[in-house]
Amino acid sequence: MQGSVGYNLGFAAVVCLVCAVVVSSAAVSLAERQNRNAALDKQKNVLLAAGLATDDESLSEADIASRFEPISPVLVELAGGEAVSDSDPATFDQRAAARDPGRSRVAPENAARVIRMPNQALVYEVRAAEGQLDMVVLPVEGLGLWGTLYGFVALEGDLQTIRGLAFYEHKETPGLGGEVDNPRWKALWPGRRAFDDELTPVIRVVKGLAGDVADNPHGVDGLSGATITSRGVTNLLQFWLGPDGFGPYLTRLRTATRTD
Amino acid sequence: MSKTRDALIDPLFNNNPIALQVLGICSALAVTTKMDTALVMGAAVVFVLMFSNLFVSALRNQIPTTIRIIVQLTIIASLVIVVDQVLKAYVFEISKQLTVFVGLIITNCIIMGRAEAYAMQNPPGMSMVDGLGNGLGYAVILAGTAVVRELFGSGSLFGVPLLALASEGGWYTPNGMMLLSPGAFFIIGFFIWGLRTWKPEQVEQD
Repeated sequence: MQGSVGYNLGFAAVVCLVCAVVVSSAAVSLAERQNRNAALDKQKNVLLAAGLATDDESLSEADIASRFEPISPVLVELAGGEAVSDSDPATFDQRAAARDPGRSRVAPENAARVIRMPNQALVYEVRAAEGQLDMVVLPVEGLGLWGTLYGFVALEGDLQTIRGLAFYEHKETPGLGGEVDNPRWKALWPGRRAFDDELTPVIRVVKGLAGDVADNPHGVDGLSGATITSRGVTNLLQFWLGPDGFGPYLTRLRTATRTD
Repeated sequence: MSKTRDALIDPLFNNNPIALQVLGICSALAVTTKMDTALVMGAAVVFVLMFSNLFVSALRNQIPTTIRIIVQLTIIASLVIVVDQVLKAYVFEISKQLTVFVGLIITNCIIMGRAEAYAMQNPPGMSMVDGLGNGLGYAVILAGTAVVRELFGSGSLFGVPLLALASEGGWYTPNGMMLLSPGAFFIIGFFIWGLRTWKPEQVEQD
């Protein structure tokens, strides 16, 4: 009987049921493809930061897989810096870990405005055949103007020189802060030195032009019209390369390299 | 037949959802900095609008009037989630750039407006045509805005560089305002002005 309360409730229930079935079957049937996309996207950004791929080439799944061959994901304990193997690097989701109170902690006061940080982080090591460290790619994140920038920074085997930098997710203004994605700006990073002689991270985005590596080994050109994004990039790099971030891990790698 | 044609063509220029009714402005500002995002967004809205009109119209005699808005919204929201999932699975790069705006199609006034104003009174076939027409009306304005914004804001179209940028040693200094939301406000304002000069009957009476 149309218009009665019973009819209305019944109609609403049927509509909800049908819609729920449609939505959940779409979500379930596409989930695998979506997860693969997200994983590929992340791998691609590791390759971009590592300089093993460039922005203007379109990579197929097979390309990404083959270029990822020499890269080994390693799970490290941030506080101590040692590699751990209690969960599988392939399925480790660092952002989920940072949200999980059991696997994360409140970050110490920091300029990058990182609020929670995971206990463990996923880094990528590239080693030569003899086991010599060739490069390490570290995940970084920190607040820009509109939101958090997520990316990777790659260090050469000397753990001092930057190999590259790439952000895979951010909400900065296109054309201004969004220029963090600009290949010409990213090309300014390789060769810069991340640390000073005391191994304090001093790499920063300057205001205006920084010149080339010889003139200014620790500075990179600022993004015009994007002071806050530029400052955000400086802060997040200094935080994650510093003692509260990957400092202990980098120290362990340095001593390991020396004793080898 | 001409009624079908009117339902399809009218929303393009005579009764454009953005330019005449000034609906759906929020997303029109957000996704028009680049051609590819604007076109994918336009296609997503066309799809949602066609099928929400179809389903609402097919159920129009069964939907109880007291809960019709929430029923329409449930149908629209389901379609939007499906579109969002498909974009994430098949055009991941673009869906990353569209971020929340695909999800926000749910709140796009054009869609509920058409469901309530047209699909509740008309048969499914015509409602679908109306949805297509209105969706295209929205997409046309989005594409037009994106052409101006991408060309003058980034010196390119579909990501292909057309104007040599000063930062790459060329002559063109990009207009940063084009990339900010106010740029889209001005462009859409100019569109509305142009359209109403061309068709003076669209001018509102004081």
